[in-house]
Amino acid sequence: MPDVTLETRDLTVRFGGHVAVDHVSCRFHAGELTAIVGPNGAGKTTYFNLISGQIPVSEGTVLLNGNDLTRATVPARTLAGIGRAFQLTNLFPDLTVLENLRLVVQAHRGPKFSLFSRAAAHEELTEAAQVILQRVRLDTMADQVVTALSHGDQRKLEVAMLIALDPQIYMFDEPTAGMSADEAPVVLDLIAEIKADTSRTVLLVEHKMDVIRTLADRIIVLHNGALVADGPPAEVMGSDIVREAYLGKEIADV
Amino acid sequence: MLMKLISGDTPRSPILSVILAAILLSLAFAPFLFPGTRPLDTAAHICIFIILVASYDLMLGYGGIVSFAHTMFFGIGAYGVALSLEHMGRSFGAVAFGTVAGMILAAALAFVIAMFSLRVRAIFFAMITLAVASAVAVLVSQFSTLTGGEDGMTLKIPRELTPAFKFHDEKILGVRMNGKLLNYYMVFFSTLILFLVMLRMVNSPFGSVLKAIRENAFRAEAVGYRVVVYRTAVTVISAMIAALAGAIYALWLRYVGPATTLSFDIMLDILLMVVIGGMGTMYGAVIGATVFVLAQTYLQDLMGTASDATSALPLIPDLLNPDRWLLWLGVLFILSIYFFPTGVVGRLRGAK
Ligand SMILES: Nc1ncnc2c1ncn2[C@@H]1O[C@H](COP(=O)(O)OP(=O)(O)OP(=O)(O)O)[C@@H](O)[C@H]1O
Ligand SMILES: [Mg+2]
Repeated sequence: MPDVTLETRDLTVRFGGHVAVDHVSCRFHAGELTAIVGPNGAGKTTYFNLISGQIPVSEGTVLLNGNDLTRATVPARTLAGIGRAFQLTNLFPDLTVLENLRLVVQAHRGPKFSLFSRAAAHEELTEAAQVILQRVRLDTMADQVVTALSHGDQRKLEVAMLIALDPQIYMFDEPTAGMSADEAPVVLDLIAEIKADTSRTVLLVEHKMDVIRTLADRIIVLHNGALVADGPPAEVMGSDIVREAYLGKEIADV
Repeated sequence: MLMKLISGDTPRSPILSVILAAILLSLAFAPFLFPGTRPLDTAAHICIFIILVASYDLMLGYGGIVSFAHTMFFGIGAYGVALSLEHMGRSFGAVAFGTVAGMILAAALAFVIAMFSLRVRAIFFAMITLAVASAVAVLVSQFSTLTGGEDGMTLKIPRELTPAFKFHDEKILGVRMNGKLLNYYMVFFSTLILFLVMLRMVNSPFGSVLKAIRENAFRAEAVGYRVVVYRTAVTVISAMIAALAGAIYALWLRYVGPATTLSFDIMLDILLMVVIGGMGTMYGAVIGATVFVLAQTYLQDLMGTASDATSALPLIPDLLNPDRWLLWLGVLFILSIYFFPTGVVGRLRGAK
């Protein structure tokens, strides 16, 4: 078995009386891509929020390489290696595509507190950002302001931001939602590339079954905040509880 | 070379470039171009407000932080110099000591306010600054034995900066070569240097992070920036520059009092100058300060003239009575904000 990188133990959050994530215990491994599935409102995004720190937990722990990060701040977790792309595009809207990416590269490579050097003079940042732009096929858009981009390109940039961070843990929240049929493959290929790097752990929230079938090594199912199934794709997709909770409807649709 | 000086941050509008160049030249040669005490005083005021407004823009326009304590920091610098000159005697050593002490105090106060309130909510910070600034203003007027209270203090500045000091016997181009001239150039060059330093800061890696935080603090955190640290840092830097501006101002006026530094009226003036010039642009501070100070100084005169000229007409002379200048200033602002919601700089850049 490969190394456990990320682990949640009894991870729970309550919003008032509503338990959005309910005692989820799960281990994630290096070189593994885990698809997280479940109906709308199952708590998938909230589970991500607890891991990356945007929402404080009510109960349970988050461990990265055995270190307890439950009380760590969002930036501390990011720098420790937990990276996150958002379901709803969440960028720096009035900055250019290149500036968005440069900021990410700068965040983990520095310089952070350089007050008197010119930002534009740090060519290594620009170069690193440009390499990533090429990977997501956004290089022609480098100088466009984010608000001028199409929805699909904004989604690509969202993914590029995570790649620029180059974290140990990659968390994608429906990365291809709303993308056209010819845009999605670019992103899916990138995820496959990341997965091929055996030192990385990938968590992928995804609704599209064909995507899960081709990419996932493992599926976990959330239902009303609880983890109800966990195993290899073939096994999980065939199980009764999953058909009932979620997949039945999807498969009927296909 | 020039690009390096302005950190590659060009005005990005030909009209704006011309206006900025005109302002720079006018201020640089003010003593020779506009003889007389009052024009020189106006030029020095413009300079000092450029620093003050630019440092406020650093916080508001780049950091996205609303503060009502900027005049407090301004005042701390001014009183710092005043008190050290009073107690240490008339020397440049005292000036340096008072300036540095004022800047350190301003930095410490800004740090404490920021650490306590910025981590909560931005609006909380605004309220705290309002409370602290009011408290300090009251304290200064109460401690009249130390601060001179409402009357303020007159400064005995080093002789080299006063009109009594002559470094050249003859006039050059009709201008007396005295300490007043030196004092003006101290104000001017401090402004120029500080402005360029601030322009560099907003175009530095640190400045990029500030812009990111202003745009989307949530994502900035997710990317790995500790937003509170950056906001605190910019607040402290801004406060220190405001204190420095206060020290320069006190030396120029040779006077310090609540009305010239701490008053809430000046805080409002700063806010208006930032908005008129254009937030988050740095150059907006230059335009805002120049327009505002000129209007404040000369609108009354202009109205007096206009009032006399129209004395034969009904009602109009009354409206143009110099006592109504504040009304017209208000009208001017409403119009400028209505027509230039992104400030003069934003408007000129947008028009291209
Ligand atoms: N900050 C919050 N405050 C209150 N309730 C919340 C909050 N965040 C999420 N919830 C609730 O928690 C539940 C889980 O939401 P979540 O967004 O995690 O679902 P999801 O599985 O990501 O759904 P989708 O597939 O639609 O993205 C929902 O009922 C939601 O309304
Ligand atoms: Mg979701």
